[in-house]
Amino acid sequence: MKKFLIAATAGLLAMAGAAQAATLDDVKARGALNCGVSQGLPGFSSPNDKNEWSGLDVDFCRAIAAAIFNDPSKVKYSPLSAKDRFTALTSGAIDLLSRNTTWTMSRDTTLGFNFAGVIYYDGQGFMIRKSAGVKSTTELDGASICVQTGTSNELNVGDYFRSKNMKYKEVIAFATLDEAIKAYESGRCDAFTSDRSQLAAVRLKLTNPADHLVLPETISKEPLGPLVRHGDDQWFDLVKWTYFALLNAEELGITSKNVDQMVNSTNPEIKRLLGTDGKYGEGVGLTADWAVRIIKAVGNYGEIYDRNVGPSTPLGIERGINKLWTEGGLQYGMPVR
Amino acid sequence: MAKISAGSAPFDPFVAAQVLGPEAPPISERGTFAYLRGHLFGSVPQVLLTLFGAWLVYVTIPPMIQFFITDAVWSGTNREACLPDKVGRAVGACWPFIWAKFDQLVYGFYPAAERWRVNIVYALGAVLLLPLLIQSLPYKRLNAIAFFGVYPVVAFILLTGGDMEPKGFLLSWLGLGGLFSGFPAVGGLQLGFWADYILSAILVTALAAFVCRAVAGPEAMRPAIRSTLVTFAVLAAVLFAADIDLGLAPVETRLWGGLLVTLVIAVTGITVSLPFGILLALGRRSNLPLVKIASIAFIEFWRGVPLITVLFFATYMLPLFLPGRLTIDGLLRALVGVALFASAYMAEVVRGGLQAIPKGQYEGAMAVGLRSSLMMRLVVLPQALKLVIPGIVNNFIGLFKDTTLVLIVSIFDLLGAMRAAFTDPNWATPTTLFTGFGFAGIVYFVFCFGMSRYSMALERRLDRARRH
Repeated sequence: MKKFLIAATAGLLAMAGAAQAATLDDVKARGALNCGVSQGLPGFSSPNDKNEWSGLDVDFCRAIAAAIFNDPSKVKYSPLSAKDRFTALTSGAIDLLSRNTTWTMSRDTTLGFNFAGVIYYDGQGFMIRKSAGVKSTTELDGASICVQTGTSNELNVGDYFRSKNMKYKEVIAFATLDEAIKAYESGRCDAFTSDRSQLAAVRLKLTNPADHLVLPETISKEPLGPLVRHGDDQWFDLVKWTYFALLNAEELGITSKNVDQMVNSTNPEIKRLLGTDGKYGEGVGLTADWAVRIIKAVGNYGEIYDRNVGPSTPLGIERGINKLWTEGGLQYGMPVR
Repeated sequence: MAKISAGSAPFDPFVAAQVLGPEAPPISERGTFAYLRGHLFGSVPQVLLTLFGAWLVYVTIPPMIQFFITDAVWSGTNREACLPDKVGRAVGACWPFIWAKFDQLVYGFYPAAERWRVNIVYALGAVLLLPLLIQSLPYKRLNAIAFFGVYPVVAFILLTGGDMEPKGFLLSWLGLGGLFSGFPAVGGLQLGFWADYILSAILVTALAAFVCRAVAGPEAMRPAIRSTLVTFAVLAAVLFAADIDLGLAPVETRLWGGLLVTLVIAVTGITVSLPFGILLALGRRSNLPLVKIASIAFIEFWRGVPLITVLFFATYMLPLFLPGRLTIDGLLRALVGVALFASAYMAEVVRGGLQAIPKGQYEGAMAVGLRSSLMMRLVVLPQALKLVIPGIVNNFIGLFKDTTLVLIVSIFDLLGAMRAAFTDPNWATPTTLFTGFGFAGIVYFVFCFGMSRYSMALERRLDRARRH
């Protein structure tokens, strides 16, 4: 029923906003990118002490703004809740949704969106007290589990236990993440489950983080990525290739610090990416040096990762499968040529 | 105390010349002991209740003092300052989190360089409101005009930056916009709009004069023209102030947040709901069927839907029904929703007061020859409103706290800004959550308790009729 309602609303809104095709022109005319982010998710989008939005998802918005305007601050952020995010995108209130959204088939097809890439490969994990002596999720038979209500995490738990022929004592769902954490900490349940990036954030809020342990298994695939509306392929290309440019920059060793020297490089791949050879940027409606602007403003993918969620941040999440393909990860930038 | 003897009269009556002074109460009825016996330990249930109360205080107050004051951390630059293993002791409230996020909680994302404007609005509001609340100060009428009439316009211009660039007035809406399209803008003023405005004013005034003449005769023409022109002149002053370019950088309402949004919504809701509520309550008791039915429909509709639905509808569905590219500011939509909603509730509170006024008051007012508007203004409403002050203030306090529902339409009020601040990984500690909610609780309490105390003082002041 809920899905039907979302789809029906989306259809209605799509009709209402049918006349808006050239998103890039709208963005240029407006002088700012309208970017949908979350209402607060540690490491992905949250307001920092300087009262600015910061995080991995936010930096992607900034990268697009830098590509178009040469100014990463030309972004208007719309903090959206999980249920409003799709309505906002279909209605044209935002140009781009960069809000830890899992790439699923229904969202990509019937809801009428295009995913531009996977900016963070996430997956669901379990956190448990060390004193329980559990070393693997397969030993969770008979456990009670705390989870945030209305999330796919809740459904995944059921699927996982069924597929492993295990039974949980109970799944206790809480309205907000913070309530779920406090319940887990006070002993209401044996384990707490959420996406692994969130488990890292949860650890920061525990009174004795050393007493808890994240189990090694990942029970679901949560590829998080930015998405745009159906119907404007040029805009889709721009968003997609901004993502690839971030990855290619890291692969080629171009950073925000050395990009000015790299412009003089003789490496043909670097020359094509930075626009000193060929005019590939014009293919997405921008100028040849579009990638230079992006890298100068926000850095390459690795820099963005390290700045927001990497080991040197409070979250301290290892790159893992989010490493480049050359280092054994899944991040793979398509070639610029 | 002396007895007065009546001399040698055969019958010598006792006549007391003075009233005897009161004796001190017996020792069991005064002092600490009597107080304890009378109020705390008078009977077995009383003893039990006293002990229960003492136990409640014992289990709540010392831990709170310990958490918020003695164990609290008072300074630091990031989460490290509030981590027990870094500090080396048990850690209570993490106050540096509040200091770090303070600007965000007070201004939201309002640009730092423009925050002086918000400060002026806060200060001006306080300066105008306080003398209005203190009865002994003079110039109440002037003060009220300044607070309810001028202040909203000034606050609006300061907060948004003014220079609204209105596109067209009445005639443009009627499809004659082409007449004014060629006009330039001077100093931020849209000359086309003003040409339209002046023409519209003349036409409407003429129409009003004509209708009044036809309906009520030639002597009704002059007051009709005067009142129409005054209305247009006041509106023109407001629009002029909003249109002129004062050189203030525009700040979209999207960037407003924190306490600023809480206060804007609450103050607007409160100041709009009272007059609207009174009108609706009078309308509901009116003898004119159209007015009565319209009032009832309005009140019952808005009381029948939850505020969340209203806000959600106003934010996401309304744009679908508006023609073309017409967009209404997100905060404005929420403001209108809250104001209409609060008005309906206020109407029922006021109606309760109206019903409590005995019929004799109405008849008395009519008997001394008051027409119905004067009867309401001078006799009925002052008594009715005085009766329902607790209900009205109840509504105000409820409204103040309900403002936090705007979070669901992505407007970050005080609590929304706080929730967003919780997600900053640089401040994620075990006690951040409690500190934040503790602080928000203190802020809400200060405002609500202030309103409550003021209303009680007001009740006492107005309660002359029942005072002995």
